[in-house]
Amino acid sequence: MMISDAMEDEEKWLAEGIAGIQHNAFYMHRALDANNLREALKYSAQLLSELRTSRLSPHKYYELYMRAFDELRKLEMFFKEEERHGCSVMDLYELVQHAGNILPRLYLLCTVGSVYIKSKEAPTKDVLKDLVEMCRGVQHPIRGLFLRSYLAQISRDKLPDIGSEYEGDGDTVMDAVEFVLQNFSEMNKLWVRMELQGPARVRDKMEKERNELRDLVGKNLHVLSQIEGIDLDLYKETVLPRILEQVVNCKDELAQYYLMDCLIQVFPDEYHLQTLETLLGACPQLQPTVDIKTVLSQLMERLSSYAASSPEVLPEFLQVEAFAKLSTAIGKVIETQGDMPIVGAITLYVSLLTFTLRVHPDRLDYVDQVLGSCVKKLSNRPKLEDSRATKQVVALLSAPLEKYSDIVTSLTLSNYPRVMDHLDSGTNKIMAMVIIQSIMTNQACVSSADKVEVLFELIKGLIKDLEGDSEDELDEEDFNEEQNYVARVIHVLYNDDPEEMLKIICTVRKHIMTGGPKRLPFTVPPLVFSALKLIRRLQNQDGDEDPATPKKIFQLLNQTIEALSYVPAPELALRLYLQCAEAANDCDLEPVAYEFFTQAFVLYEEEIADSKAQVTAIHLIIGTLQRTNVFGVENRDTLTHKATGYSAKLLKKPDHCRAVYACSHLFWVDDQDGIKDGERVLLCLKRALRIANAAQQMANVARGSSGPVTLFVEILNKYLYYFEKGNTQITSAAIQGLIELIKTEMQSDTATPDRISDAFFACTLRYIQFQKQKGGAMGEKFDTIKV
Amino acid sequence: MVLVLAIGDLHIPNRAPDLPAKFKSMLVPGKIQHIICTGNLCIKEVHDYLKSLCPSLHITRGEYDEDSRYPETKTITIGQFKLGLCHGHQVVPWGDLDSLAMLQRQLDVDILVSGHTHQFKAYKHEAGVVINPGSATSAYSSITYDVNPSFVLMDIDGLRVVVYVYELIDGEVKVDKIDFKKTSTPAI
Repeated sequence: MMISDAMEDEEKWLAEGIAGIQHNAFYMHRALDANNLREALKYSAQLLSELRTSRLSPHKYYELYMRAFDELRKLEMFFKEEERHGCSVMDLYELVQHAGNILPRLYLLCTVGSVYIKSKEAPTKDVLKDLVEMCRGVQHPIRGLFLRSYLAQISRDKLPDIGSEYEGDGDTVMDAVEFVLQNFSEMNKLWVRMELQGPARVRDKMEKERNELRDLVGKNLHVLSQIEGIDLDLYKETVLPRILEQVVNCKDELAQYYLMDCLIQVFPDEYHLQTLETLLGACPQLQPTVDIKTVLSQLMERLSSYAASSPEVLPEFLQVEAFAKLSTAIGKVIETQGDMPIVGAITLYVSLLTFTLRVHPDRLDYVDQVLGSCVKKLSNRPKLEDSRATKQVVALLSAPLEKYSDIVTSLTLSNYPRVMDHLDSGTNKIMAMVIIQSIMTNQACVSSADKVEVLFELIKGLIKDLEGDSEDELDEEDFNEEQNYVARVIHVLYNDDPEEMLKIICTVRKHIMTGGPKRLPFTVPPLVFSALKLIRRLQNQDGDEDPATPKKIFQLLNQTIEALSYVPAPELALRLYLQCAEAANDCDLEPVAYEFFTQAFVLYEEEIADSKAQVTAIHLIIGTLQRTNVFGVENRDTLTHKATGYSAKLLKKPDHCRAVYACSHLFWVDDQDGIKDGERVLLCLKRALRIANAAQQMANVARGSSGPVTLFVEILNKYLYYFEKGNTQITSAAIQGLIELIKTEMQSDTATPDRISDAFFACTLRYIQFQKQKGGAMGEKFDTIKV
Repeated sequence: MVLVLAIGDLHIPNRAPDLPAKFKSMLVPGKIQHIICTGNLCIKEVHDYLKSLCPSLHITRGEYDEDSRYPETKTITIGQFKLGLCHGHQVVPWGDLDSLAMLQRQLDVDILVSGHTHQFKAYKHEAGVVINPGSATSAYSSITYDVNPSFVLMDIDGLRVVVYVYELIDGEVKVDKIDFKKTSTPAI
């Protein structure tokens, strides 16, 4: 209620003020038209009196000021003409000082002063000096600021800058600088005087008003930056020290923050680089509540861009020791602002690191130093809990990863793992994943065991349970995602040199073995396949004296897969044993291959009880065994006997049947040296047939109708397979008999019509037709079969 | 014109970290009507990725697949063609074309797509075609040495199918194509 009342009042007062200005302006114009100087001055003074109000906020005062400003322009034009008419500007300068109140008097004085300077009847510097001092008469913050702003505006184009028409014997750049600096100082003092006191509502209002006025003060710095005569030396010796003096001494938080920011924005980066020590020296002297880290970040941001846009200035950065100075300054700020929250300090380090990576990317020692400073700051503190601080640490650690696409570079930073140690375990894991993601995105490769060691140190939060891990169950999906990341990264650890590669494998193995039963199913397989790839590379090489031999690696593999028994993960282990068996076969290592088969078989017998799992496992065993050719007769017989034994024990009849006829392939290998035992093949097929028959009969009894003839058709196809391959034990008569059997079964009363087995049978018959039509030896063979 | 992507044996993350970048940039959503996958992805993330390329996704179970609910075999009809899908570790001897032909007869399909050997194959016989898209990540295989990453794209148009095989050789994607025409199926 009160606020809107106040606003309404302000609107009213502003309207009144504007009306007053317009009213007096009307009469002033009339006087000007009549060439009546005295009258004109009288009305202009009255007009300007409206600016004496204290009732308006800066925002509204500005509107009033602009109206007056416009009128003063017209008055100024008149003054110029008046001078031509004969009344000297000196006299005019004298005349306007008779105005009653000081504020109108000074506005008029400045206006005449502008004309005075233009006339060149007096040295520019004298007029400027006079004006800037006279303005001291107004000490009210808002009124004073606008008055001095007016002075700044009208003097802007009349400064004795190099090359300006106002430069002369007595008038130099120094005078221009002095003038602006003084106006700036006085304006800052006025601005700071608007104290933030009183109840919160009043303070907030005041702060808002102060902010509205800040550009008036900042404008002076802008003007300074535009003075061409200010070179680096002048800036260094005079301009900067004076500005900083004012900034530090005013002891006002709002002003200090704004002006430092302004300073950095308006002056060229080249100057900042060369005055870095002075500039940074002011920072610890500022009020402790000033957000200096933002100021410093801004500075570093500007300098980074400067370096990026003009690479030829890089030597300058080194010459002025920019990094060292910034690093020291930041250290000092953090030290003096003792109660700065940790997130503030880390944000500063992030800015410094960003600067370093952009300006001195090749100086890994600098990068490491920044990380080291951060470590020091984080030491002797409990683990970070502030999520903003944690985010900043993650940003700090991510920056080198993004900059250096080659992960190995980041791995050489000795302080990197130390920073990570200060993260809580959740964030540590997230960071570990960021590292892995970076490796994957950049398609980087880690090629030495030492670096692998460092990498696994960094990602140890994913590799094993650390103390401090929360006791709560980790979300399963998250856990799986983590472990899949680890699995992926194992594949990018690679070296062409087998010896180094084996070292890498051993290093990885050492780490993943600490992972515990939950992690092993994820981490063991990629390691195993990495090792198998190495074995394959070594296969064709000679040299058993090499430290890296297939035999050694197989031993390692054996021990590694064994660890899965603690999970337990028998199905996975069985698959891996079979992979190793095949690889050992290819290396001609019969005992090693036998050992792996043994391990697989033991697992099958003792650990795999699920029917479906058994079926898959059996086919994997048969498939692998079928391909191995390294075994002598005895060993092969033992293994084959076992495999067929397992097939016989499968529970469901169809599974049993299929496994048995699959075993037939163990006795028939199609290459030239392969075993081709036609009799054993036939035995298997006949056994399969018996099982299929039994299955039919069981179905008849148990369900009242026989099952589909699919199994018979499958077996028929197997007969055809071996018939074609030239197994003399398979006769066309047998095939014919089987065909008739199937037809009978399909037509019997108890048959269950089944589209799928019908189609299968039809396709098979069609196939026989194709073979018959082939002609030649094949056609002859099939000729005896009637479909 | 129906585009069918045949892909499989990626073995992520057990044997390979990811699809090759060049393949990833080629496989964009919205261009393919069906994906048939021989299996051994192995993890859900790969499943989701394939699903994002095309919602019509058919997968059969490989022996390392995380999800054990994928079927052992699958048949799909696309246009005039019947396609059969099976990982292939179930068919002994592995990679034996005659044994695969038997499976083809059993499923009664024109085109049988199966994997496991990680080696691209496209084999035509009187009753149809057997295709092995290979391994899209050139994952280690005990059966085949030195594989290149590969996958297959089939363009089914009426009674004709053009099989494009994409292979990554020395960092470049090479494409080959094979034409098959189907004679209309005789009635049973």
